[in-house]
Amino acid sequence: MERLGKAAPLLLAPVLALVGLVAVGDPSVWLTLTVAGLAMGLMIFIMASGLTVVFGLMDVINFGHGAFVSVGAFVGFTVLAWLSGWTQNPAVVLNLAAVFLAILASMAVTGALGLAFERVIVKPVYGHHLKQILVTMGGLIVAQQLIHVVWGPDAIHVARPPSLQGSFIIGEAAIEKYRMLAVAIGLVLFVAMRHVLRATKLGLLVRAGVENGEMVEALGYRINRLFLLVFMAGSALAGLGGIMWGLYQETITAHMGSEIMVLVFVVVIIGGLGSIEGCFIGALLVGLLSNYMAFMAPKVALVSTIALMVGVLMWRPQGLYPVVKAK
Amino acid sequence: MIDTLLSGDRPHSRPLALLLIAIGLCLAFAPFLFPGTKPLDTAARICIFIVLVASYDLLLGYTGIVSFAHTMFFGIGAYGVALALGSLGASFLAILVGVLAGTAVSCALALAIGLFSLRVKAIFFAMVTLAVASAFAVLVSQLSSITGGEDGLTYRIPRELTPAFRLTDMRLFDVRIDGRLLAYYLVFFSALVLFLIMLRIVNSPFGTTLKAVRDNAFRAEAIGYRVVLYRTTATVLSAAMASLAGALLAIWIRYTGPATTLSMEIMIDILLMVVIGGMGTMYGAVIGASLFILAQTYLQSLMASAEAATRGMPLLPDLVAPERWLLWLGTLFILSVYFFPDGIVGRLRNRG
Repeated sequence: MERLGKAAPLLLAPVLALVGLVAVGDPSVWLTLTVAGLAMGLMIFIMASGLTVVFGLMDVINFGHGAFVSVGAFVGFTVLAWLSGWTQNPAVVLNLAAVFLAILASMAVTGALGLAFERVIVKPVYGHHLKQILVTMGGLIVAQQLIHVVWGPDAIHVARPPSLQGSFIIGEAAIEKYRMLAVAIGLVLFVAMRHVLRATKLGLLVRAGVENGEMVEALGYRINRLFLLVFMAGSALAGLGGIMWGLYQETITAHMGSEIMVLVFVVVIIGGLGSIEGCFIGALLVGLLSNYMAFMAPKVALVSTIALMVGVLMWRPQGLYPVVKAK
Repeated sequence: MIDTLLSGDRPHSRPLALLLIAIGLCLAFAPFLFPGTKPLDTAARICIFIVLVASYDLLLGYTGIVSFAHTMFFGIGAYGVALALGSLGASFLAILVGVLAGTAVSCALALAIGLFSLRVKAIFFAMVTLAVASAFAVLVSQLSSITGGEDGLTYRIPRELTPAFRLTDMRLFDVRIDGRLLAYYLVFFSALVLFLIMLRIVNSPFGTTLKAVRDNAFRAEAIGYRVVLYRTTATVLSAAMASLAGALLAIWIRYTGPATTLSMEIMIDILLMVVIGGMGTMYGAVIGASLFILAQTYLQSLMASAEAATRGMPLLPDLVAPERWLLWLGTLFILSVYFFPDGIVGRLRNRG
């Protein structure tokens, strides 16, 4: 019974997909929606994973996380604009290389920004939740305004490279190529993250830090370094999520980060603060549900994810996989 | 007498007292001191935001809870009045119905959110309210058949409150006694009464318990106070006050839309006003709201001239453009959380 209880959250996403199949009715439409939902869910997972690990390890929720998403998207789009020779060429290799370089650039910039953010804004308020929320919110405001200063106040529109436009046709279902790429990147990242956390010394330290930071410190590891490293990694992941989300929408604004943060928070809450696995399941649930609802009842799509969150919290008040500190 | 009105919570600082008296007098005689439409509008906004910010301070400063759903309750109050005036016609009865309905909905929603998410960490509540408030804002703009969507609602208010109405033909200090003046004093006195009620609440035994919960929830629980109960009550009270402020706004500007009531910008403005004015002091709300709205109305034109003066220099014009004023406020906000957590009021009190 206890093992069933532990495994139950794993079944949620497949169950939701099945319910979606019944509700949507048409299998090819369902396939399109499901792939779209998985792509959206995995992109949200990329953004949310950094946030949730940072919370698990340092007991900090960064309300300015959305700023990294926006900055990542803007940096990535700037690089793509520089490489316009590659992005307008129909060759797949050049297109992917351009996207890859843009991703690297935005992850580098947001990682560096994360370093500055942690040192300047978050570090003085460790252990003080109220101030953390206020200060990181202030950081978000300032970062958004700085984006306006650097890139101008208007939304920027950039088309995806030609080989990422269009869709594959499977049977009667059309599946956008870019969504497949997003699913692939998201899955690879999840597997890699799990590997790092489960099988490397760094991951061991991070997990131990989540359990009991003081003990890790007492054993002679510099937990502050670990904090900083994880914060930077989380910021870089937000930047990655930002450019992927920007390419998905093909339009970027300074506020895109804080808008997507609503879904990111819902995902983190559903998963249980601090839990990577919970975050993964939560992201898939939110992605799938939003896409099914956007098809069936577009006006209430966002409300349905809130309803999902309420439902999960009624069942498990601390999320699917609660972590010790989230009490 | 004054002690009873202020519930024994004196300013405890001479400069602060003088500042408060000055603000109070300016607001009370605004139509006579500063004739014209824009100053009167600014004064009414200050009154409304004092109530709104004070009600947020009840939550943030006195109970130590961060909520991002305060504009949602503000909006519910405004939409309550707007919808009632739209469907029942321009009467005072409609306003009353709208106010009661809006406040009831706000209280119910606040109770639900509170019971749900106040058991766990403060961070949790902040995240849940952020999500719920955004979903609510999207819902309001989607259900355009009821709420008018992004365009919002315009409606007529009772004739007695419009500029066309004349109470007498006599002029008082060269100011016409018209409906606009009556509407201003309706806003002013409602705001005054609501503010004094909140001052009463925070200085009651209940308010003292809230502070105990804020400072050490564990100890308060151990002494025998039901922490969840107190936090939830504070949430509901502050939601009710926010809706009443929203109702005042709806009456004053005769328009209700997402941009004026529900947007995240307003939520950030409220946060800035509370922190800069001083958390955990009702007077901080008065100072914060007055300064902020005056700055919003008049400082931006100053920034525009600064932009014009620095034109041609690299980067600088972009930094001082009036659209960028949130950049400076955000920086000020972070600095004040670090260095002046008690805000302006705390500073003034420490000096005295």
